[in-house]
Amino acid sequence: MHLFHGIASAVGGVLQYIRANPDDFRAKLDTHLELSLFALLIAFVICFPLGVAISRSRIASFWALNLVGIARAVPSIAILFLAYPFLGLGFRPALLALAVLASPPILFNTNAGFRNVDPALREAAYGMGMTTAQVLRRIELPLALPVILAGVRTAAVEVIASATLATFIGGGGLGDYINEGLGNLTVGQNVLLVGVVSVSVLTLVAQLLLGGLELWARRVAVPQ
Amino acid sequence: MDFSYLTNNPGTVLAALGQHIEITALTLAIAIVIAVPLGTLIARISILYTPVLGILGIIYTIPSFALLGFLIQYVGIGIRSSLVALVAYAQFMLVLSVATGLRGVDSAVIDAGRGMGMTDRQILFRIEYPLALPVMVAGLRVATVATIAIASVAALDDAGGLGALLFDGINNSFASTSEVQVGAIAVSLLAIAADLLLRAAQRAVPAARAG
Repeated sequence: MHLFHGIASAVGGVLQYIRANPDDFRAKLDTHLELSLFALLIAFVICFPLGVAISRSRIASFWALNLVGIARAVPSIAILFLAYPFLGLGFRPALLALAVLASPPILFNTNAGFRNVDPALREAAYGMGMTTAQVLRRIELPLALPVILAGVRTAAVEVIASATLATFIGGGGLGDYINEGLGNLTVGQNVLLVGVVSVSVLTLVAQLLLGGLELWARRVAVPQ
Repeated sequence: MDFSYLTNNPGTVLAALGQHIEITALTLAIAIVIAVPLGTLIARISILYTPVLGILGIIYTIPSFALLGFLIQYVGIGIRSSLVALVAYAQFMLVLSVATGLRGVDSAVIDAGRGMGMTDRQILFRIEYPLALPVMVAGLRVATVATIAIASVAALDDAGGLGALLFDGINNSFASTSEVQVGAIAVSLLAIAADLLLRAAQRAVPAARAG
């Protein structure tokens, strides 16, 4: 009961703080969303074509999956902190580090999505006289889409969560609240919780939204 | 890359590494003790499966920095908050893998065991757990890598470990770039090493069982 009471009073305090400081909250939320969305976008623009390319070659996908799979063990906080000595402090290094973090799930799932397309369907499409581009766009992409979106969801949740750590290298975002609150526990109670609650809600919303999109893609793409 | 911090303070780095491994091992030991019975329970009682994994999944989604902040507020600063957070995160992967592993056991094999006169307990320990082991080790691998990562954030909670090098470095307004780099590289290598080790274990399990 103690915990539930804690959560309830925490949420109350958070809403009160946001109402009292709407502009500040808005600015931090915007930075957080910008960091997350741009990181996802950069990762997608690079890793989607790359994923399609490696899915065509057994050797390429084997090596890419193993190497990236091992590199994926590197903690997000280490990626962020390693960006600093090379790129300095601020928004851009944080963005690049987050884009690196978003890449493996998108690459893996694009590759898996395209590899899972039934070769018989592909051949049937070619047999009907479709060009390679048409097969890619009309047959393979819709069938691979749910798996690709699952990768985007994993990447999005990881990026939104890790964007909280961007505060350490001056990247801004909602992590600033947590950092500020931890720096001054007595004064910073509400400040800390504003960060905690808003970031948690943001990741859960992203999880649900992208999960819904994935279900929709599954329903639309798979022939009934 | 500047490794001067390592060459100047090898003892500090080594101690931090030891502490990091200690926190990770302690977390996983506690987490496994909770996750194995819980995973077994939800594999057996299927109405519990979705709600339990749903709740653990939500906890797993909450950013570690946020959950730690919350626990520092309510449990207090110190290793206890960190352990609570670390164990809570590890639960999702571990419980999921135990339940998935057990659910994947062929019911014909269980029937065969029963036909040979095995008790439920014997079936669980001699048939189901051994057959579920590869999936459980896969879950342990993901949980271990995640624990090593989150344990570096736990340094904020005075838990020590390699994360302390990172935060010590930035608290000096990044005066010690080398300390930050050494900390980040060390924690990355530790995570990669644990990943490779448990990948090898994953491959070794079926062979050992066939033994």
